Amino acid sequence: MSLLQIRNLTVEFATSSGSFRAVDGVDLSVDKGELLAIVGESGSGKSVSMLALMGLLPWTATITADEMSFEGRDLSGISARERRKIIGKDMAMIFQEPMSSLNPCFTVGFQIKEALRIHLGLNRKERHERAVELFDQVGIPAPESRLNTFPHQMSGGMNQRVVIAMAIACKPKLLIADEPTTALDVTIQAQILDLLIRLRDEHDMGLVLITHDMGVVAETAERVQVQYAGQKVEEQPVRDLFRTPRHPYTTALLSALPERATSKILPTIPGVVPGQFDRPKGCLFSPRCRFADATCAQTPPTPHAEGFGKARCHHVEKIAAGELV
Amino acid sequence: MFGYLLTRIGLFVPTFLGVTLISFMFIRVLPGDPIIVMAGERGMTEERYQEMVEKLGFDKPVLQQYWEYLAGVLQGDLGESFVTKKPVWEEFFSLFPATMELSLCAMIFAIALGLPAGVIAAVNRGKFFDRALMSSALVGYSMPIFWWALLLIIVFSGNLGWTPVSGRIDLLYYFPNVTGFMLIDSLLSGQEGAFASAVRHLILPTIVLGTVPLAVIARQTRSAMLEVLGEDYIRTARAKGLSPTRINGLHALRNALIPVVTVIGLSVGSLLAGAILTETIFSWPGIGKWMVDSIFRRDYPVVQGGLLMIAVIVMLVNLLVDVLYGIINPKIRRR
Ligand SMILES: Nc1ncnc2c1ncn2[C@@H]1O[C@H](COP(=O)(O)OP(=O)(O)OP(=O)(O)O)[C@@H](O)[C@H]1O
Ligand code: SF4
Ligand SMILES: [Mg+2]
Repeated sequence: MSLLQIRNLTVEFATSSGSFRAVDGVDLSVDKGELLAIVGESGSGKSVSMLALMGLLPWTATITADEMSFEGRDLSGISARERRKIIGKDMAMIFQEPMSSLNPCFTVGFQIKEALRIHLGLNRKERHERAVELFDQVGIPAPESRLNTFPHQMSGGMNQRVVIAMAIACKPKLLIADEPTTALDVTIQAQILDLLIRLRDEHDMGLVLITHDMGVVAETAERVQVQYAGQKVEEQPVRDLFRTPRHPYTTALLSALPERATSKILPTIPGVVPGQFDRPKGCLFSPRCRFADATCAQTPPTPHAEGFGKARCHHVEKIAAGELV
Repeated sequence: MFGYLLTRIGLFVPTFLGVTLISFMFIRVLPGDPIIVMAGERGMTEERYQEMVEKLGFDKPVLQQYWEYLAGVLQGDLGESFVTKKPVWEEFFSLFPATMELSLCAMIFAIALGLPAGVIAAVNRGKFFDRALMSSALVGYSMPIFWWALLLIIVFSGNLGWTPVSGRIDLLYYFPNVTGFMLIDSLLSGQEGAFASAVRHLILPTIVLGTVPLAVIARQTRSAMLEVLGEDYIRTARAKGLSPTRINGLHALRNALIPVVTVIGLSVGSLLAGAILTETIFSWPGIGKWMVDSIFRRDYPVVQGGLLMIAVIVMLVNLLVDVLYGIINPKIRRR
C-alpha cells in the first residue's frame, strides 16, 4: 500500500470569467521513504494539486478525485476537523516564499511550539526542548536564542529553515516541499536540499519535491512526474526519464536543458502553457509539439496504459520507434 | 523604539503652540462682546464698562494679550472663568471625569462590538452577515448624532421607559465624589441600586457616542482582516492544522490590529467632538456641555482653556497609540 495514493484528481476554480480547470485528472502515488519529484513549467498545476490534497485551497476551488487516500485512509469525504488532525502532523507542506510564510507578529519560537502543543500535547518545557532540538536539526545556529526572534530579523535562508523545522516538528510521514529553495541563493539551496534528503532518510518519510530545477531532480529524486497545463503527461523512474523521455514535452524540457551544469533554471520551450482562455481542443501540448498532427489537434490523448512512462500522447509508440522525426 | 518615541514627543511642541494660538483666536473671531454678555439684561454704565475692559486686559494689543496668555499657560495657569470666577483648570478637572467616563464607555462599546463584527464579516465575506453588517455600519457612520439620539430616546426612554433621558444618576442617590467616575463612586457608596442607576443612565449616551467609532472600527477591522487572510502566513497556519478560531482570532487578527489601532487612535479626536453633542443632548455634566455653555457666554478663558486641554488630551492619546503601535508591531519595536 502506498503512503499517498491519488487517482484522477481534478481541481476547478470558479472565476469571474467562468470555471477554470487548473488540475485535470492527475494520478499520483508516493511510498514511504520515497522521493517523488514533480516538474513542469509555471502554471502546470503543481502547487494547486498539492494544496488540494492539504485542503488549503480557497473556497472558489472545487476538488474531485476518484481516490485520495493517505495511509489507506480516504481523505476526500473527511470532515475539516478530522483533516486538521492529519495536516501539520502526519502530512506537512513547505511553501515557496520563506519570507512571507511566517507570521510577522509572532516569534519563530511561538510559531513552532504551537504545532507541538496542538498535535502532540507537549507541556511547556517539552515544547521548548523539542523546538531547540528541531532548530538544531535544521542547522539554525544558536537555536535557544533564535526562538525569541521575529521572522523579519532573520535572513530568507534562516526563515526557510524555520519553515522546514515547523513542517517536520511532528515527524510527518509525508512532506510536500513546494519549490523550497527558489527564493534562496545557490549555496543555501544546496544546504536546504541536503537537509530535506537527510530528514527523509532519518525518518523514512515520503517526500514530494516540486521543482523547476532539473539538476536537482537528477541528483535527488527516485521517480519523476511531469505535469503540463494541469495534466500529468509522463511518469518514470528518474534514470529512465533522463535516458528515454517518452512524452514530447519531456523531451523538449530535457533537450532545452543547456549543458547540465551551467544553468539550473528550467529550460525554456518556445510558446507558453495554455491558460484559461486558450486551451486547445485536443492534446494540450499540440500548439507547441513538433509531432502534432490533425488527430492531436482534435482528440485529447489518454495516458498510455502500460509502459512508455504512461505518456499522455497519441504517438508515443511511434515516436519511441523512431517512426516520427 | 526610544528614538521613535522621542521624535513623536518632539512633534508635540509645535502642535501645542499652534493649538494655543488657534484656541486664542477662535473665540475672539466670534461676534459678541463678553462684557456685554456678562452684564446681561441690566446693562452697564460707560465707566464700569471701561473698568472691565482694563481689568480683563482687552485694551492691550491682541499680540500682547496672546503673549500674556501663553506665558500663563506655560506656567500652568489657564486663567479664571469670567462667569464663575473659578480657575479654568479646576473647573476642567471637576467636569472631565464625567466626559472621560462616557468616552471610555463609548470606546469600549465600539471596540468590543466592532472588532468581532469586523472579524466575522471578513471571515464570512460576501455572505448575509457580512452584507448586513457593512450596510448597518454605513448607516451608523452617516447618521447624524442628534437624530440617532432622539430616536433612541423616543424608543427606549419614551415608549419602553427602560432608560432615563438625562443626567448621570437618579437624584435620589447622593454620595461623595471620590473618583469622579459615577460607576466607581456609586459602587463605593454601597447604596443599593446606585450602581444600577448609574449604568442605566450611561447606556443611551454610550450607544449614541459609540456608534460612529463602532462603524469605523468594524469596517477597518474587516478590510484589514480581508487583506491579512490572503497572506501566505495564514496558509502556513492552516497547514499546521490549527483551528479556524485560532487562525482568525489570533494569527490574522493580531496582524489586522496594526492598522485598526491607528484608526482607534485617530477616532479619539472625533469622539471628543461627538461627546460635546452627546453631552448636550443628554444633559451630561461633562466638559462638552461646559464648553458649549461657555461659548454662548463668550467666556474666553474657559473656551480657550477647554480647547487647549482637549487638544492636549487628543495629542496624549495619539502618543499612547504610537507607543501601542510600536508594541503590537514587532517590526517597529525591535528596530
Ligand atoms: N486561487 C486561484 N484561482 C484561480 N486560478 C488559480 C488559483 N490558484 C492557481 N490558479 C491557476 O491555476 C493554475 C495552476 O497554478 P499552480 O500554482 O498550481 O502552478 P504551478 O505549476 O505551481 O506553477 P509555478 O511553477 O509557477 O508555481 C495557474 O494557471 C493559476 O493561474
Ligand atoms: S498527442 Fe500529439 S501533440 Fe500531443 S504530445 Fe503527442 S504528438 Fe504531441
Ligand atoms: Mg507553484
